Amino acid sequence: MSEPALTVLVRGGTVVDELGERRADVLVRGGAVVEVDNALDAPSGATVLDAGGCLVSPGLVDIHVHLRQPGMEEAETVESGSRAAALGGFTAVLAMPNTDPPVDSAAVAGEVLSLGASALCRVSVAGAITVGRAGERLAPMGELAALGVRVFTDDGAGVQDAGVMRRALEYARGLGVTLAQHCELSSLADGGLMHEGEWSSRLGVPGVPAEAEELMVARDVALARLTGARVHFLHLSTAGSAALVAQAKQEGLAVSAEVTPHHLTLTDAELESYDPLYKVNPPLRRAADVSALRAGCAAGTIDAVASDHAPHPPEAKETTLEAAAPGMLGLETALAVTMGALTDGTGMSARDVLALMSWRPARVAGMAAEHGGDQGGPIQPGAAANLCVFDPAREWEVDPARLASRSRNTPWAGRTLRGRVRHTIYRGEPVVIDGAAQR
Amino acid sequence: MSGAPANGGRHLLSVGDLGAEGIEEVLRVADAFVEVGRRPIPKVPALRGRTVVTLFAEESTRTRLSFETAARRLSADVLSFSVERSSVKKGESLRDTVETVAAMGVDAMVVRHPAAGAPHQVARWVDAAVINAGDGWHEHPTQALLDCYTIRQVLAERAGLDLSSCGTECFGGLRVAVVGDIRHSRVARSGVWALAALGARVTLVAPGSLLPSSLEGWPLDGVSHDLDAVLGAVDVCYLLRLQIERGAGAFLPSLREYSAGYGLTARRAALLAEHALVMHPGPMNRGIEIADDVADLPRSLVLRQVRNGVAVRMAVLFLLLGSGTAAADAGELIGAAGE
Repeated sequence: MSEPALTVLVRGGTVVDELGERRADVLVRGGAVVEVDNALDAPSGATVLDAGGCLVSPGLVDIHVHLRQPGMEEAETVESGSRAAALGGFTAVLAMPNTDPPVDSAAVAGEVLSLGASALCRVSVAGAITVGRAGERLAPMGELAALGVRVFTDDGAGVQDAGVMRRALEYARGLGVTLAQHCELSSLADGGLMHEGEWSSRLGVPGVPAEAEELMVARDVALARLTGARVHFLHLSTAGSAALVAQAKQEGLAVSAEVTPHHLTLTDAELESYDPLYKVNPPLRRAADVSALRAGCAAGTIDAVASDHAPHPPEAKETTLEAAAPGMLGLETALAVTMGALTDGTGMSARDVLALMSWRPARVAGMAAEHGGDQGGPIQPGAAANLCVFDPAREWEVDPARLASRSRNTPWAGRTLRGRVRHTIYRGEPVVIDGAAQR
Repeated sequence: MSGAPANGGRHLLSVGDLGAEGIEEVLRVADAFVEVGRRPIPKVPALRGRTVVTLFAEESTRTRLSFETAARRLSADVLSFSVERSSVKKGESLRDTVETVAAMGVDAMVVRHPAAGAPHQVARWVDAAVINAGDGWHEHPTQALLDCYTIRQVLAERAGLDLSSCGTECFGGLRVAVVGDIRHSRVARSGVWALAALGARVTLVAPGSLLPSSLEGWPLDGVSHDLDAVLGAVDVCYLLRLQIERGAGAFLPSLREYSAGYGLTARRAALLAEHALVMHPGPMNRGIEIADDVADLPRSLVLRQVRNGVAVRMAVLFLLLGSGTAAADAGELIGAAGE
C-alpha cells in the first residue's frame, strides 16, 4: 500500500476516461483522486508529474497475464511481472492459473494474492475450472470465489469435454463468477505449431486450423445459451470466432471476448523465419483475421485487449519451433502496439483504445467500481488513484535487455514503437515516473 | 551461390535460396564432379584444410554417407556428430550443442533434423555455412538438386548431347507427376519448387488426407486423385516414400488401399509412355508405393539418383566453401587433381 500522506499532481495532460476527454490536472492524495480541474496549484510537498502532450487515463487493466509464480520463477515472478505491468501503464493484472502447482486450491490462490500485496499493481488471480487443469473434475470454485476470485479458466488449454464445461458453467452461475475459455479443440489442434494454411503448408510445419478455435467458441456460445452463465472468450484469433461472438451478443447472451495486441498486428507470415519468438498459442493467423479482429474491436464485439504476457526463459525459445514453448511477452509493449493497430484505419480514437484496455476489461474481470473494485476509473474526486499517463507521440526502440520482465521473448525486439507510458500511479503512488520504475 | 538472394548465398536452407540460376549453377558444377567420380582416385584438393561437420539429429545413413563422401572427395576434413546419441540425451539444448560443435572450428554444417526449420535456427547461431540435409516435413534441397541433375543427365544422354553443352532447357514443359505422401514430404517441398523453377509442369497425385492443408502459392499444374488418369501424360513419375514409421498410416484406411490407389504396380507402369522415367528418393517401400518388378525396370532411376547424389553434394559444398563461385573455378581445381 502507498503511504497515506503521498500527494501527487499530474499536470498539463488530457484526461481521458469513460466520461469523456478534457484538459485537466489531476490531484491525488492518500490513494484517491481529490481534484480534477484546470491549472491546479501544487500543494507543498506534492510530487509534480509533467503530463504535457500526454493522455491521462484510468490505469490499464490486463485480464490475461502469466506471472509464472509459483513454479517457474526463472521466467517471471509476481514482482517482476507487476513491474513490467506498471511500466506498461497497467494498474491491475489478472494472473492465469497455469502455474506449477496450478491455482486450483485456496492455498495456491492465497499464495499468489499475498505475493501481489506488495506488487507494483493490483494482482488478481484466476482460478482453474478443473483440478490440475486436467479437464475432468471441478476445482473448488466456491472456496476460491470466497477469496475474491472472479474469473475461472483452464487457460493454456480449453475444457475439452462439453459435459464438464456445462457442469462448470451451471456451478459458476450460482457463484456469480465468469468462466473464461481458451478455445482450442485439441483433437483438431493436435501437434500444431502455427496457423494451418498457406504458410504452414509451404514451411512443412504442422498447423492448427482456425476451426479448432471456432468449434469451441460455437460450442461455448451454445453452452452459455443452455446454462445462462457468463462466458469470456480468451485471446480470440480468427475472423470466424469474432463473427460467432458478435452473433451471440446480438442474441443477448452473457458473453465477452478479448484479443491480444499480437493478434491485432502480426500474421503467420512471420514464421517464415522459423523464429520461435513468433510461436504463440493461439497461433498468429492470416492478414484477413487481423483485419476482422480490428473490425471487431471497432464494432464493440471485442470487449478487451489483453496481452497474454507469457514469459519464457531463453532456452525455451532458443530451440526448434517444435520444441519451443509458445508465448510472447506483452505487458510493456501492449499499449503502444494496440494504439498503432487500432487507430490506424479503423476509425477508433485513442479513447476507444483505452476503453478496451482499462474500463471495459475492468468490468469483465469484476474489478470495476460497480463491482466494489478500484479499477477502470472514471477519474473524478473520490475515485481510487490508479492512473496511466501515456505520451502518444513518443517513439522508442524495444530493447529486450531493458525490459523489466525476467524474460526476453518479445516479438518487438529491435522494432520502433510509437507511444510510451510516461507515468503510472497505483493507489496514489507514482510507481513509474518518466518511464522508470520507482521500485 | 550467385543465384542466391535469400541469405547472401552463405547457406543452403531451401531451394528457394537458389532460384533457377542457382540451381543451374549447381548442376553445371556437378557435371565436373561426376567426371571426378569416374576416376581411379576420385578425389580433388578443392576443400583441403576446410572442415565439414555432419550434424544429424535423425538417423539417415544414406544421406550422411553421401555428404561425407562428397566432402572427402573434395579433401575436406569430416566430423560426424549424432545429436540424438550424444549431448541432447544429457539435456543439452540444441543451441549449446551447435555452438559447441562450431567452436571446434568448422566451415560447414550439414544439418538433418526431425523439426522443420532447425537448420534456419542453426544458421542464426553459427558462422559456418549451413546446409539443410532434410528438416522435418519442410525441405531436402540437395535431394531436389540431385533429382534435377539425374533427369537432365538422362535426357541429355537420350538426345545424344554432351552434358557440358546442356543448360536446363530440357525441363521446359517437362510433365512431372509427384505421387504419394506430399503432406509429410520434405522431398516434395524441395522438388516441386526446384522443378517448377526450371520450367517443369508439376502435378500432385495423392489421396486428400496426404495433401497439404493448403496448396495456395504452390507452383503446380494440377492436383489429382486418379493416378491412372495422370500416368499416360507424364514424362516423369516421381514416387514419394510413404513414411509409415512416422504414422502416415493413420492418414489412410490401410496400406493395401493406398497401394491399390496410388502404388505404381506393374499394371500401372504399363500406362506410362515408353520414354517416361520412374524416380524415388529412397528408401523404397517395395510393394507399397512401388512394385518390386517396377523398381528394377530400366526406366527406374533410383540407383542413378543415389550415385549422382555425391557429385551434386560436392557441387553444393564447393560452391558454398570454395574460393570462387564460378563453374570455371571448379574446372581449374579439378584439372589440378592429378597430383
